[in-house]
Amino acid sequence: MSPAYYLFLSAALFSIGAAGVLLRRNAIVVFMCVELMLNAVNLTLVTFSRMRGTLDGQIMAFFVMVVAAAEVVVGLAIIVTIFRTRQSASVDDANLLKW
Amino acid sequence: MIVAAQEAGAVTAPTVPLWLLIVVPLVGSAVLLLAGRRSDRWGHLLATAVCGATFVMGLVLLSQLLGLGGEDRRLGQQVYEWIPVGDLQVDFGLLLDPLSVCFVLLITGVGTLVHVYSIGYMDHDEDRRRFFAYLNLFIAAMLLLVLADSYLLLYVGWEGVGLASMLLIGFWGHVPEYATAAKKAFVVNRVGDVGLGLAVMAMFATIGAVGFDEVRAAAGQMSSGTVTAICLLLLLAAAGKSAQFPLHVWLPDAMAGPTPASALIHAATMVTAGVYLVARSSALFDLSPAARTTAMWMGVITILIGAVIACAQDDLKKVLAYSTISQIGYMMLGVGIGKAGYALGIFHLLTHGFFKALMFLGAGSVMHGLHNETDMRRMGNLRKHMKLTWLTFTAGWLAIIGFPLTAGFFSKDQILETSFLEGHFVLWALALLGAGLTAFYMSRLYFMTFWGSERFGSDVHPHESPAVMTVPLAILAVLSLVGGAALNWKAEGQLAHFLEPVFGSPEAHHDGALTPIQLTIITLLVVAAGAGLAFLRYARQPVPVTAPVAVLPTVTWARKKLYFDTIYESVVMRPGQYLARTLVFVDGRGVDGAVNGAAALVGGSSGRLRRIQTGFVRSYALGMLGGAVVLVAALVLVRF
Repeated sequence: MSPAYYLFLSAALFSIGAAGVLLRRNAIVVFMCVELMLNAVNLTLVTFSRMRGTLDGQIMAFFVMVVAAAEVVVGLAIIVTIFRTRQSASVDDANLLKW
Repeated sequence: MIVAAQEAGAVTAPTVPLWLLIVVPLVGSAVLLLAGRRSDRWGHLLATAVCGATFVMGLVLLSQLLGLGGEDRRLGQQVYEWIPVGDLQVDFGLLLDPLSVCFVLLITGVGTLVHVYSIGYMDHDEDRRRFFAYLNLFIAAMLLLVLADSYLLLYVGWEGVGLASMLLIGFWGHVPEYATAAKKAFVVNRVGDVGLGLAVMAMFATIGAVGFDEVRAAAGQMSSGTVTAICLLLLLAAAGKSAQFPLHVWLPDAMAGPTPASALIHAATMVTAGVYLVARSSALFDLSPAARTTAMWMGVITILIGAVIACAQDDLKKVLAYSTISQIGYMMLGVGIGKAGYALGIFHLLTHGFFKALMFLGAGSVMHGLHNETDMRRMGNLRKHMKLTWLTFTAGWLAIIGFPLTAGFFSKDQILETSFLEGHFVLWALALLGAGLTAFYMSRLYFMTFWGSERFGSDVHPHESPAVMTVPLAILAVLSLVGGAALNWKAEGQLAHFLEPVFGSPEAHHDGALTPIQLTIITLLVVAAGAGLAFLRYARQPVPVTAPVAVLPTVTWARKKLYFDTIYESVVMRPGQYLARTLVFVDGRGVDGAVNGAAALVGGSSGRLRRIQTGFVRSYALGMLGGAVVLVAALVLVRF
């Protein structure tokens, strides 16, 4: 199988994620789209690692996963707290930090 | 550094440290200023005691000086190294020689009397303590001026008395005109001070030293042009401080200050500092006939200007102020004559110190009794109400017009006589005219104030001043009557002989067309004519309460002070104000505009830019995406 397919898939996943982040209002969905973009990148890293026959890319992917896991913990906590205080998970409602 | 002159006599250490003379009044002034209202009850007594102490120290030093012989009459003291900078080595050195001891005794003696008098005169003033603090400050600065042994240290005292003078003129500074008068005095004095500053620099540039002895020793080595330049700069300084033409305009306005300050500073002592400066620089003036001629003409022009204006003024203190200007003109004429005249200038300075201080204090006593009235047209017949003031004022009047055997008779007459015998006939004739005018305006003042009919309102009840004011008047009156004769008694006791170590002995050449006796008779006739005219005009005829309008143009000119103020205002003051306003405009709109404009530009644009920060997370994400796309596109474009 040509590695190009993996790269096309990765590009498609990344685009879906980016579009979700930009277009959706629900914080949970936005958050999942961010994860999607991260994993699209992971797929790219692993693909290139395979192509070049080294392990660098795969190690990098592990790093990304660890960071993503930590981020999920913090991010979900923030989202839950915001929801508790203003009864909404819309990212457009949390706009106090401006000007 | 040039070695001190050997020709000057040896210097002896003084029995009383000379610096004590300066420090004691300075400390007195500092205590009064720092203690504030706490010293209200005893401040005036402390200040008077301090001033009296300096007078006693002066007497002790005089007795030590008299114990030494002729050329050795010099007490000196190097207090500390003041300015040790490279080639410029100036010590804080003090010197007491016959010339400075005359001034020390005049300053502290008249100063003490004025202090005593002020206790009564300023009794009702809330700020009496501050007044005494300034008086003490003045005494300290003036003593520094006359005790300094270098031009640079003299300059410090010179500025110090200027400061004290300004503070005292503006003592009632809450009145705008008085504050303006103080500023005017200060600014006009600055013009003269520039001359002194330049003269000191010129001395340092040519001979590398600024001490009196060094300059005296090196005077002969300077080119005649340099000497004349330095002398003219010193004359400019003297004109500023001593209110000589063309810088005389500040003194009449200086009468805004309390009358005792006018008596001490603007009549007896500070305004004569210019004469002191010229006399102190006699070694330089001896070498420059051109500068001496300038000094003499400056003096004579000032005599006439002062006398003419004084004839038409109705304000008691203004007449005395113009009279002071005129009398200092005589001193300037005296010291301008040269070797034969220095001592005469100083002689007239001392006697003038007595009788002019007396008349100012007398005027203060009159004002005290008349609720601060200064218009002579609203006085008259005060001899009935103020006997002591009238009697003492009579002594001062006789002294200034030169009545035989009074102080002014000896001093002024000798200046006139010597100017004739030295061959300056035109100057003599003009100064003689000035003497006649002096007799006229002083008699006018005297008769208008103390004789004639009572012209003050019926609600005014003139009363004699308390003893604390009349006793100083009496002492000064005695000095005015006998001081001239005492200083001129016999050859050994003569002031001129006493001052010989400083000025050198004049070579006598009495080859005039008239003998001294004839000259004296001419002077007395002119004086009698002036006084007699004033008697007929102001004692025999009634004096109108308002000044008559239909008068000769000359009277109008004199009333307008010969238009000096008008000319200076239009030539110097107004252009200066316009320049200042232009600069303020350029500063406000130009410089400040550029700075404030830049700040407003940054502030305004940031205000607009911050609207980008909306708080919507998704728009930030769009921005990041856009940025990433641009970056990638750029990379791709660069790659291919």
